[in-house]
Amino acid sequence: MNAVQAAGAASFLGRFEGLRERLPGDREIRDRAAAAFRAGGFPTVRDEAWKYTSLRPVTEASFYEPLLSVADGGDLLAELPVLDGPRLVFLDGRFRPQLSVLPENIEVGTFAETAVFGRLARPDRDPLVALNTMLTEDGAVIGVPDGVDAGLLQLVSIATDVPGRAVAFHPRHCIRLGRGARLMLLEMSGGGGTYLHNPVTEAYVADGAVLVHVRLQDESRTAYHLSTLYAEVARGGTYDSFNLNLGARVARTEVHARLKGERSATHLNGAQMLGGTQHGDFTTIVSHDAPSCASRQTVKNVLSGRARGVFQGKIEVARAAQKTDGYQMNQALLLSPEAEIDSKPQLEIYADDVKCSHGATVGELDAEQLFYLRSRGIPEAEARSILVRAFLTEALDAIGDDTVRASLDRAVDAWWGKQAA
Amino acid sequence: MLEIRNLSASVDGAAILNGIDLAVPRGEVHAIMGPNGSGKSTLSYVLSGREDYEVTGGTVLFEGRDLLAMEPEARAAAGLFLAFQYPVELPGVGNANFMRTALNAVRRARGEEELDAVQFLKIARAAVKQLAMPDDMLKRNVNVGFSGGEKKRNEMLQMAILKPKLAILDETDSGLDIDALKIVAEGVNAQRGPDFTALVITHYQRLLDHIVPDRVHVLANGRIVRSGGPELAHELEARGYAGFADAA
Repeated sequence: MNAVQAAGAASFLGRFEGLRERLPGDREIRDRAAAAFRAGGFPTVRDEAWKYTSLRPVTEASFYEPLLSVADGGDLLAELPVLDGPRLVFLDGRFRPQLSVLPENIEVGTFAETAVFGRLARPDRDPLVALNTMLTEDGAVIGVPDGVDAGLLQLVSIATDVPGRAVAFHPRHCIRLGRGARLMLLEMSGGGGTYLHNPVTEAYVADGAVLVHVRLQDESRTAYHLSTLYAEVARGGTYDSFNLNLGARVARTEVHARLKGERSATHLNGAQMLGGTQHGDFTTIVSHDAPSCASRQTVKNVLSGRARGVFQGKIEVARAAQKTDGYQMNQALLLSPEAEIDSKPQLEIYADDVKCSHGATVGELDAEQLFYLRSRGIPEAEARSILVRAFLTEALDAIGDDTVRASLDRAVDAWWGKQAA
Repeated sequence: MLEIRNLSASVDGAAILNGIDLAVPRGEVHAIMGPNGSGKSTLSYVLSGREDYEVTGGTVLFEGRDLLAMEPEARAAAGLFLAFQYPVELPGVGNANFMRTALNAVRRARGEEELDAVQFLKIARAAVKQLAMPDDMLKRNVNVGFSGGEKKRNEMLQMAILKPKLAILDETDSGLDIDALKIVAEGVNAQRGPDFTALVITHYQRLLDHIVPDRVHVLANGRIVRSGGPELAHELEARGYAGFADAA
């Protein structure tokens, strides 16, 4: 298993054949996923859902299986804006109890122990989910009992840098909130060198429960981050997420939110700050299945250099989902002539009494604002950074929790530091 | 302090300023008046360094330095301040942070030590009090949701904090709002002294009831066509600009 791997889908299928007997959980589910992945392989830009994001750099690279890492990962952890309090830390996709601080008020475990696949993920439809289902070894299993407010929990992924040995890992996380439960989940991922992080997360939000999910993707600039999340929200529940994408060479954050019970809600807000040749794709699919549900999305992109941002937002409103209230806004600030944004809103509405709107703006920094700042003595570079920060501030204001907000502010500050350097 | 010699400028290829000569000595307040389209706003923007205005000839010396060769931020650091006719809104930028960044940038450029948040707030609060502004003005985003009068007050607050040597006040069209004019006048009069020089640009004589200038210049067709004492403003009010435009 340490031999040089062939590139592309074949290498992952080969690894599955080698590991098949030893992987935990329902073998039938894994076999079906492998069959789907074998049939379809990696998506290409000819697939409508992947029109703007090419996975060619991923399919052409060779990835290794993570070793049982000897690194303790503490230095990598220190590079992320981790807060005090409970945290579950995964190193190269495997749970690291030494780096973790277990919460006291809720039940946590790992996929390695439970090996239970959920019912939300769709390996038959989503190729990267098939890849994950086929090869996953570990992940977080988080359960908040009925009526419990669990406060803050952090879910951290770090990847070690072993030069010449890029690893691929496919964690499988599951979050369940009981009736009326609450959780603030701060998820962050980072690492060094080249690797593929391909997590799949399932979030079950029961009646009246509130999951606030703030995610910071700050992977190494030579890494690949391809994440898929499925959330299902029951009556009166809320899945409220903010996704800040700063890192990776190629990143895709795909979120499927299903508003299954009446008066449930979801916020899929986010911001992407990309420079150099980074590619960041934020793709959302919101399904309004029940009446009187609300979905809100505001996504802001700051793109410099030759960076490319993608936003694809689909809102599906089922026939039964009367009184749906859907809103979607994508805004991009292009800081260089070579930066690019692709924005694709999509509405599929089968009910007749709905309110759905979407919009997109693309622009450069405002010349009047820039002159105003400079006329007060602020040098041009600093004036530009103030205006970009102001644009982002409006997006980050969606995060209500001050401590969590401060954590993301730190990541944004560090991003600026790297740009200036 | 300010010496403008034969200054010509154009916007989008159209000549707006056609050879302005003007000298403003230190400690004086001069007014520039003129009909609409005479080049008043263009003059203020050229002096403060706005990019879309092209200087086609002439020189401007500010304390003996070539002002036109300097970036807008360098002009501010040298002691120039433009009070905007229509101040720009900056959503997401806190007023106090903005002013501290500006003051520290200017101090840095002058080789002075930067101020920390506590030191700055002391200065800012004193200025807020002096201008009779509400306390929450510093906490709000720059000019966002401000009334016209509040925006003017905010300009005067910045002027009080940055303490420029030369202020250019562009009040070209705002003569209709008497409250705004009074705010600007109070701001200027509070700074007036041997080290404060101002160029007040206005269409209406009314502003000059509140800021009594040392000299008044009439601008027409991009040239100074007449200069005189404060009484010239009253003459203009009585006779209008018609005769002056012909003189150019």
